[in-house]
Amino acid sequence: MNTLTQENQVSMDGSLQDDHNHDDGHHAPPSGIMRWLLTTNHKDIGTLYLWFSFIMFLTGGLMAMVIRAELFQPGLQLVDPNFFNQMTTVHGLVMVFGAVMPAFTGLANWMIPMMIGAPDMALPRMNNWSFWILPFAFIILLSSLFMEGGGPNFGWTFYAPLSTEYSPDSTALFVFSIHIMGISSIMGAINVIVTVINMRAPGMTWMKLPLFAWTWLITAFLLIAVMPVLAGAVTMVLTDKYFGTSFFEAAGGGDPVMFQHIFWFFGHPEVYIMILPSFGIMSAIIPTFSRKKLFGYSSMVYATASIAILSFLVWAHHMFTTGMPVFAELFFMYCTMLISVPTGVKIFNWVATMWKGSLTFETPMLFAISFLVLFTIGGFSGLMLAITPADFQYHDTYFVVAHFHYVLVTGAIFTIMAAVYYWIPKWTGHMYNERLGKLHFWCSVISVNILFFPMHFLGLAGMPRRIPDYAIQFADVNQIVSIGGFAFGLSQLIFLVVVIKCIRGGEKAPAKPWEGAEGLEWEIPSPAPYHSFTTPPVIK
Amino acid sequence: MTTKHEHYYVPSQSAWPIIGAMGLFLIAFGAGTYISDMGTEATVGKYILITGIAVIIFMVFGWFRTVIAESMAGLYSQQMDRSFRQGMSWFIFSEVMFFAAFFGALFYARMVSVPWLGGASNNAMTQVVLWPEFVAVWPLETTPDGRLTQAMEWMGLPLYNTLILLTSSITLHFAHVNLENDKRAPVKAWLAATIILGVIFLMLQVLEYTHAYQVMGLTLDAGVYGSTFFLLTGIHGMHVTLGTVFLFVLFVRISKGHFSHDKHFAFQAGSWYWHFVDVVWLCLFIFVYVL
Repeated sequence: MNTLTQENQVSMDGSLQDDHNHDDGHHAPPSGIMRWLLTTNHKDIGTLYLWFSFIMFLTGGLMAMVIRAELFQPGLQLVDPNFFNQMTTVHGLVMVFGAVMPAFTGLANWMIPMMIGAPDMALPRMNNWSFWILPFAFIILLSSLFMEGGGPNFGWTFYAPLSTEYSPDSTALFVFSIHIMGISSIMGAINVIVTVINMRAPGMTWMKLPLFAWTWLITAFLLIAVMPVLAGAVTMVLTDKYFGTSFFEAAGGGDPVMFQHIFWFFGHPEVYIMILPSFGIMSAIIPTFSRKKLFGYSSMVYATASIAILSFLVWAHHMFTTGMPVFAELFFMYCTMLISVPTGVKIFNWVATMWKGSLTFETPMLFAISFLVLFTIGGFSGLMLAITPADFQYHDTYFVVAHFHYVLVTGAIFTIMAAVYYWIPKWTGHMYNERLGKLHFWCSVISVNILFFPMHFLGLAGMPRRIPDYAIQFADVNQIVSIGGFAFGLSQLIFLVVVIKCIRGGEKAPAKPWEGAEGLEWEIPSPAPYHSFTTPPVIK
Repeated sequence: MTTKHEHYYVPSQSAWPIIGAMGLFLIAFGAGTYISDMGTEATVGKYILITGIAVIIFMVFGWFRTVIAESMAGLYSQQMDRSFRQGMSWFIFSEVMFFAAFFGALFYARMVSVPWLGGASNNAMTQVVLWPEFVAVWPLETTPDGRLTQAMEWMGLPLYNTLILLTSSITLHFAHVNLENDKRAPVKAWLAATIILGVIFLMLQVLEYTHAYQVMGLTLDAGVYGSTFFLLTGIHGMHVTLGTVFLFVLFVRISKGHFSHDKHFAFQAGSWYWHFVDVVWLCLFIFVYVL
């Protein structure tokens, strides 16, 4: 213990030393790997999150390629069905918990302190912890793929009894990796909430708060409310599988459908967790490139809050075919449809912002506009799925796959890309290559529609999801879909090139590279200094 | 809203989070392997798990030592104190939601799955086809497939435990009030009383579990009554254990002269946590034992 004390003394002195350096504002980050392992800086942690997310995006994408390659023809060619199931499962888990959520947390880390005039996130050390447990969680999850009996093969929703009675031996590892991802998200969310509530610069009143901070605040609330429920669900799966409990086993008085209720109580707000920050990004980008103020700021805030509240009341629309009482089916159907009201308000406001604006179409704006159109398609197919009797037909078909990929890929992922193009000049101090950016956009937007749009028809014609083989009549459309999939996958390599080129060099970016942009983040130089706003600015 | 802004201390670098990340990794990987390998010869998971726990304990000591030293050095402004308080309250909210998942399972089993297995609502055929003999009652002492168990009475030990935990919340409150009035001797006394009550509670829980397993046939695999009973009380018990350790640390710090009447975030947090655990028990007592 003596040595421990000494070590701490040293680190204590070190931090005191650095604290003086903060004041002069020219404190450079330490170099080498230790900078990243030990960092408490919101920008470093944001960068880590974003790179991690991108690596996971490519990993999950690779799994999607395996899925699409297998589905290129009917019959079983490349992988055996159990491995196919592992691919669909882990693709979903990696994309949800590894790609989309960390990307948003990374953007929050980078942008929120700068947007609200704070010196850093409110709890910097915890910030580091919430990031660094995440790669470890995915090491555990991905390593289980190589174990005897294989990794998780029960779908990312891990319905009981697939995840209890029939799951591989490695399920315990899956459970604990989900626990760690949950801990990470909760700590990240606590940090965002406390930062936004407690660290706003003087004069930054609630109704002056940038919408990205607003939407993230509400997202963070959802995260803290539902990630623990997910932790509870995986815990019950663990005890049911290994310790003989009967939560999801009818023979002991439990019910597999109970699993679905608990899971979707988490799962539905989770859907909004993955889209609300997108709404914030949209609300930053659309006004900038329309050179107009955002139309209906306050209605955006209220709409976001309404969506968040409603998201707790719609979970069973994923379960219409489980034999719920008719009253429950109707209740969840109407509540689900109600969500389209605040969402419609948002779409209306963005369109109204563009109305009579002087628009230009740089890459972020292109992604934003395509979000507007394609996310709306996803929203409409969601409405179709919300209609209980119609859902009896669509349930578990490719129509559902088409729906949630429209809201997640052309919704969440497209805004993440828009956000990267929009803010990367601030991060690197260089402009990205606009020509390559546009190339990336056009390749993505065309291929993504070839990939996902025909899936609607496959689903309506009755092709079930999560099956490695299919009836012969689906062959043509599946081939088109797979070609779109490979093209979309390859297009993302352009993105990688753009980002690396932009980090390495390029045209110098001014403090405010977009003439129509507003917000505190544009008042500090590009690249943003390691410590911004050590003394908070005053907002008039 | 008027918020005061002072210098916000941002520690430049810290090794504790990455050590904690590795510890958590070892715990998860170790526990995962250990549980996956249960029933086989392999024991490697156990050692990884133990190493992970050791690393986490080391990390907790180190991290808290650093934070306490910084706090004592006066680096923490009022604004940071607010950050800590808000962070702690949101953490407790996440804990509430964690318990909500298990209470949800309890309510679902009682109100939906057991009655439906007994043919309620439109499930007459469910009963006829699956287990026609099954009678839906709560507590579920006979499972559909015929496993037998006994339900835990609320009179006796659980009632004493309720009184003990409620009392401990009151003693802790007295300790807090005294701290705010700068009377340190009674703070120590009341805090010690709270810790002792917490330990007695835990010992009685162990007694109850032993009785359940050895005499009543109430076990984890005794159907959904046993599942909800043990998961709810067990997770609560872990929280009481953590809370007791928390209070013990506060006791040591009080003895060392830490905290002042207006600045004692750690004490506040520990006290919030303890009251939260107490409220959870009250819900447990009502919904698991009495009703």
